Amino acid sequence: MPLLDIRDLTVTVKSDGTETTLVDGISYAIEPGETLALVGESGSGKSLSSLAVMGLLSSALSVTKGQILFQGRDLLGLSAEEIRKIRGRDISMVFQEPMTSLNPVRSIGSQIMESIEENLGLSRREARDRAIRLLTEVGVADADRRLKQYPHHFSGGMRQRVMIAIALAAEPKLIIADEPTTALDVTIQAQILDLMARVCRDHGTALVLITHNLGIVARYADRVNVMYGGRIVESGDARAIYAAPRHPYTEGLLQSVPRLDQDRSVPLRPIRGNPADPFTRISGCRFHPRCPYVAATCRSTVPAYENGVACHFPLDASRKEAV
Amino acid sequence: MEALMRIEGVSVHFPVRKGLLQRQVAAVRAVENVTLELRKGEALGLVGESGCGKTTLARTVLRLVEPTEGAIWFDGQNITDLKGKGLAPYRRRVAAIFQDPFSSLNPRMTSGQILTEVLKVHKYPGDVTARVQELLSLCGLAPRFADLFPHEMSGGQRQRVGIARALALDPEIIVCDEAVSALDVSIQAQIINLLEELRTKFGLTYLFIGHDLSVVRHLCDRVAVMYLGRVMETADSEEIFANPRHPYTRALIDAIPTPDPEGERGREHVALGGEIPSPLNPPSGCVFHTRCPLAMERCRQEVPVLERLTRDHAAACFALDAEA
Repeated sequence: MPLLDIRDLTVTVKSDGTETTLVDGISYAIEPGETLALVGESGSGKSLSSLAVMGLLSSALSVTKGQILFQGRDLLGLSAEEIRKIRGRDISMVFQEPMTSLNPVRSIGSQIMESIEENLGLSRREARDRAIRLLTEVGVADADRRLKQYPHHFSGGMRQRVMIAIALAAEPKLIIADEPTTALDVTIQAQILDLMARVCRDHGTALVLITHNLGIVARYADRVNVMYGGRIVESGDARAIYAAPRHPYTEGLLQSVPRLDQDRSVPLRPIRGNPADPFTRISGCRFHPRCPYVAATCRSTVPAYENGVACHFPLDASRKEAV
Repeated sequence: MEALMRIEGVSVHFPVRKGLLQRQVAAVRAVENVTLELRKGEALGLVGESGCGKTTLARTVLRLVEPTEGAIWFDGQNITDLKGKGLAPYRRRVAAIFQDPFSSLNPRMTSGQILTEVLKVHKYPGDVTARVQELLSLCGLAPRFADLFPHEMSGGQRQRVGIARALALDPEIIVCDEAVSALDVSIQAQIINLLEELRTKFGLTYLFIGHDLSVVRHLCDRVAVMYLGRVMETADSEEIFANPRHPYTRALIDAIPTPDPEGERGREHVALGGEIPSPLNPPSGCVFHTRCPLAMERCRQEVPVLERLTRDHAAACFALDAEA
C-alpha cells in the first residue's frame, strides 16, 4: 500500500460567484521512504495540491472532488481535530520562508518542544532532551543555549534547519517541503537539501519536494511529477524523464535552463508565451497555446493522463527529429 | 579590448548610527577595495551570495550610492565627482534594469507613458511616439502594450517594458541587477535570449549582477566572483567554470545541481560548511577563511590580493602559491 495515494484531487476557488479550478483532477502516490518532486512554474498548482493534503487550504479554496488516502484512510473525511493530529505527527511540512512560519515572539525551544509534547506525549524534561538532540542532528551547534533564543537570532539557513527539526520532531512518515531553499543562498541551499536528504534516509521518511528548480530535482528526487496549469502533465522516474521527456512542456522546460555542464554557445530554447493563467479559460490541452507541436485535437480535446503522460501526441525520438 | 569603465579601488561603507547624537558606532563594509574593468562590448557578470556587495557595487556604478573610497572612470571622466545636471549625460549613457519590474515601474502609468516620460525628461530629439512603438517592438511587445498598466501584464512582459525603458536613450552600458531572477524558468529563457539579441544588435556593454551561476555563465563573457565585499576571482566565463582556482568559486560551482539526474548521481559534492559572516564584522585576513577548506594561519592574518594567474584569470588566495 502506498503511504500517500492522491486520487483525482480537484481544488477550486470561489470568487464573485464563479468557481475556478486551480488543481484539476490530479492523481499520484508516494511509497514509504521515497523522494518525489513536484516541479512546475507559478500557477501550476504544485503548492495548492500539497496544502490540500495538509488540510491547510484557505477558506476561499475547497476540495471539490477526489480522495487523499494516507495509509489507506481518506483525509478528506476526517474532522478538523483528527486531521490536526495527523498533521505534525504523521505528516509535516517545511515552507519556503522560515521567518514567517516560525512564531517571532516565542523561543525556538518552546516551538520545537510544543510539537514533541503534543505529538509524542513526553514530559517537559524528555521533550527538552529530544529538542537538543534534534537541533544537533540538523546541524545547530550549541543547541542547549540556542533553545532559549528567538527566530530573529537565527540566520535564514539556521531558521530553515530549525523548521526541519520541528518537522522531524514527531518522527513523521511524510514531509512535504514547499520550495524549502528558494529564499536561501546557493551554498546554504546545498547544506539544507543535503541535510533533508540525509535525515529522510536515516529515518525512512518519505519526502515530497516542491520546487521550480530542475537541478534540485535531478540531484535529490527519485521520481518527478511535472505540473502545468493545475494538472500533472508527465510523471515518472527522474532519470528517464530528463533523458527523454515525452510531454512537450517538459521538453521545453529542460531546453529553457542554461546549464553548467553544457557548452555556453548552446542557445536556450524558451517556451513561447506565458504560463497558463488559471482564471483564463483555455480549451483542450492547457499547454496548447505554447506548444510547438500543437494540432487541431489539442485545441478541442483535453488529453487523458495515461502511462505517465497527458498529451495527444507524446514525444518519441523519431518525432523529435522530424521537427 | 579597451576599457569602457574602470572601477578603481572602490569601497562602500554604510555607517551604523546610534543614540541621541547619532554617533557612528560601526560600519557595514558592503564593498571593500574593488577594482574591475568593463570592456567595450562585453558582458561582465558579478556573482556571489547575499551580502557579497554585488548590488551595492552596481548601485555605486549607477551613482545611486556614494563610494567611501575610490573612483569610477567612464570615458576619461571620474563620474564619482559628477553632480546635479552634470550627471544627466552619464545617466543617458548608462542605464539599468532591475530585478522586480513590478516595483520598478510606476503602477499608475501605462507602459507608453513610462517610456514617454524617460524620453521627455532627457529631451529626446526625434519623434517620441514613434520611438515608443519602436522600443516596444524591439522588446517583443505588440503596439497595444503601450496602453497597458503594469498590473495588466505578466512578469515577463513587465520585464520587457523595463528593458525597453533602459534602451530608450541608446545607452552604451546597461547594468542588469538580477534582471531575470524573479521570472519563471520558461520566461527567464525568453528574457535571456532578448538580452543577448539586443546586445549584438546595438553593441551594448552589460554589467550583469546575478546569483544564478548557470545564467551568468550563459550570458557573460567574463565573470567576477564576490564574497563579503571583495572580488575573489575573475576570469573568462568558460575558464572560471572549467578551471576555478579560488576555493570559494569551487564551492559555489559545486553547490549548484545540474539538471541531469544521471550526472548528479555520480557527482561528488561537498557542501560548504558554516554561514556567510556579517559584513558588519567581517573576519580578519581573508574574509573567506572561516569557511575555507584550505585555510592556513596566514589566511587569518593577511588579506590576499587579486593575483594574475594568466592573462585573463586572477584570484585572491594564498593557497594558490602552495598549489603551484
